[in-house]
Amino acid sequence: MCAKRLHLPDPRTAVTNDLIISQIERGSRVVDLGCGDAELLDRLRLEHDCDVLGVEFDEEAFVHAIARGVPILQADLNQGLQALPSHAFDYAVLSQTLQQIRRPLELLHDIFRVAQRAVVVVPNFGHWRIRLQVGLLGRAPVTDNLPYEWFESPNVHFLSMLDFRELAGRGDFRIVNEIPIIGDRAVDRACYANLRAHSAMYVLERAGPPVPH
Amino acid sequence: MATELAAQSSSESRVSNSMEFVKRQVATLFELPAGLVLESGATIGPIQVAYETYGTLSARKDNVIYICHALTGDAHVSGRYTASDRKPGWWDGFVGPGKAIDTNKYFVICSNVLGGCQGTTGPGSLDPETGVPYGPDFPFITIRDIVCVHNALLDYLGIERTLAVIGGSLGGMQILEWAVSRPERVGSAVLLASGAKLKAQGIAFNAVGRRAIYADPLFRGGRYYREEEKPKFGLALARMIAHITYLSEQSIELKFGRKLQNGDQFEYNLRSETEFQVESYLHYQGRKFVDRFDANSYLTLTRAMDYFDLAERHGSLAEAFAKTQARFLVVAYNSDWLFPTSQSLEIVRALVEARRHVTFYELQSPYGHDAFLVDSELPKLERLVAPFLARRFQDGIFEGTSSAVK
Repeated sequence: MCAKRLHLPDPRTAVTNDLIISQIERGSRVVDLGCGDAELLDRLRLEHDCDVLGVEFDEEAFVHAIARGVPILQADLNQGLQALPSHAFDYAVLSQTLQQIRRPLELLHDIFRVAQRAVVVVPNFGHWRIRLQVGLLGRAPVTDNLPYEWFESPNVHFLSMLDFRELAGRGDFRIVNEIPIIGDRAVDRACYANLRAHSAMYVLERAGPPVPH
Repeated sequence: MATELAAQSSSESRVSNSMEFVKRQVATLFELPAGLVLESGATIGPIQVAYETYGTLSARKDNVIYICHALTGDAHVSGRYTASDRKPGWWDGFVGPGKAIDTNKYFVICSNVLGGCQGTTGPGSLDPETGVPYGPDFPFITIRDIVCVHNALLDYLGIERTLAVIGGSLGGMQILEWAVSRPERVGSAVLLASGAKLKAQGIAFNAVGRRAIYADPLFRGGRYYREEEKPKFGLALARMIAHITYLSEQSIELKFGRKLQNGDQFEYNLRSETEFQVESYLHYQGRKFVDRFDANSYLTLTRAMDYFDLAERHGSLAEAFAKTQARFLVVAYNSDWLFPTSQSLEIVRALVEARRHVTFYELQSPYGHDAFLVDSELPKLERLVAPFLARRFQDGIFEGTSSAVK
């Protein structure tokens, strides 16, 4: 999972990480689900005084995280968060991972068992380049931001910003913040975001009463 | 536990690179009249501790790694005593110059446990009051008592704080106890194939092993040290039973299947006890074990294992771990059914709840509980343990405890 986040020539990772960090209160307890080599957590720990924990399945990324000194648990997010106790975190980060999870709604519910808020970054398959490739060329999309051929893509779901909003409604999650990422910039308010953003970040809370253990 | 598996594969293939030979040393601690007051309330002393060290203690004394051996291990972790030794120490594939626990960098200590029979005071030692071996009068020992003696050895060696304490199985229980009872001494805790308690199934296997020993007529109520014949049948049987729990369904199938020991025809002989290869193997394990192990020690240490329950003593695991300062590395093996992954996860959840620094990984291996002792499985373990130790060492163990927790 998240092989792209392993080595970091990609400036978008820095942009995304900056954006995520800006949403997290200093000194919080943060779990990053699919944390890769734990670069984000290392920054949260050092720059933001957070108490952090990573979750990752890929062995190579895992070993990198150990070498950084970031605490990390091996787990397959498709199996749920059984390694994590309830109500242990202020924030759960799920960056460029949700589209790779077989049952996203179940994972989101489990996230709210362990954390108060979720910071979710998802690719936007409503981006105009993708629409062009599908609509005009009749091909499965491959872009800079989604560089996988269909047969080797870790992404098992394809969603747009509109779809994500619907998912939030269905799961009874309140969208506290929605920030489209256009090019190399996070944009607070954008016209035609669902056409222009390659990804979007959401801060979610549970709308209903908290789930008991 | 079944150190043979590891030793078998390593002994012939690999001679320790180090030109130096290792030496077993003995410290005498807890002299009377003070002695050591055990958890049971009894007092014992003096206690002889057999230990070995590898590598060099740094000037800052910040490179100490203490290895806690499992049920039937000993202080001889690595290297050879003489050039003619057939086998090196029980974890020679993992500990030594340039190996996962690199003795060019770290100062490694391992001691035989209290109640054992490989140089440290145990039931086979002379009771100073009577001048004869303790036998069944040896006091009841717990994991906490064992760890008390480890700490006393550190005092004796002038070491304040360890970089890491590392142990598998029963060794892992010592690690947990140590991190909770003397948090200021444990820089990091590496726990392999272990648990915060032995579950009913494990106690059941131990019970059958002990019954085998008690039922041996040569056991003589535990007073057999002056007899010519030792109670080896019961002890061998205990070992055979336990050994099955150290393997996995898959590894035993791969290794033996239904292969016969001699030829491929059944003998149709009810008296034959070693017709299948797996039978022959278990008998061999049993026979080999009785040459190096003492029946009373086996009773003592399996009971210590049964009694250990960290949660019960501290209210809950999370409450126990709230006292710790160490960074934890918890490793489980997917085919381990004696200490299954679920038991490691229980520890991990409690550590997260207590806001400790914990890293957890489940290694895939067909070798069951003993995988951490099998040479071919060691590279996978090294990938986790080596960077974990290196990072802990780099961050420094005297740099304040807050960084240890964050």
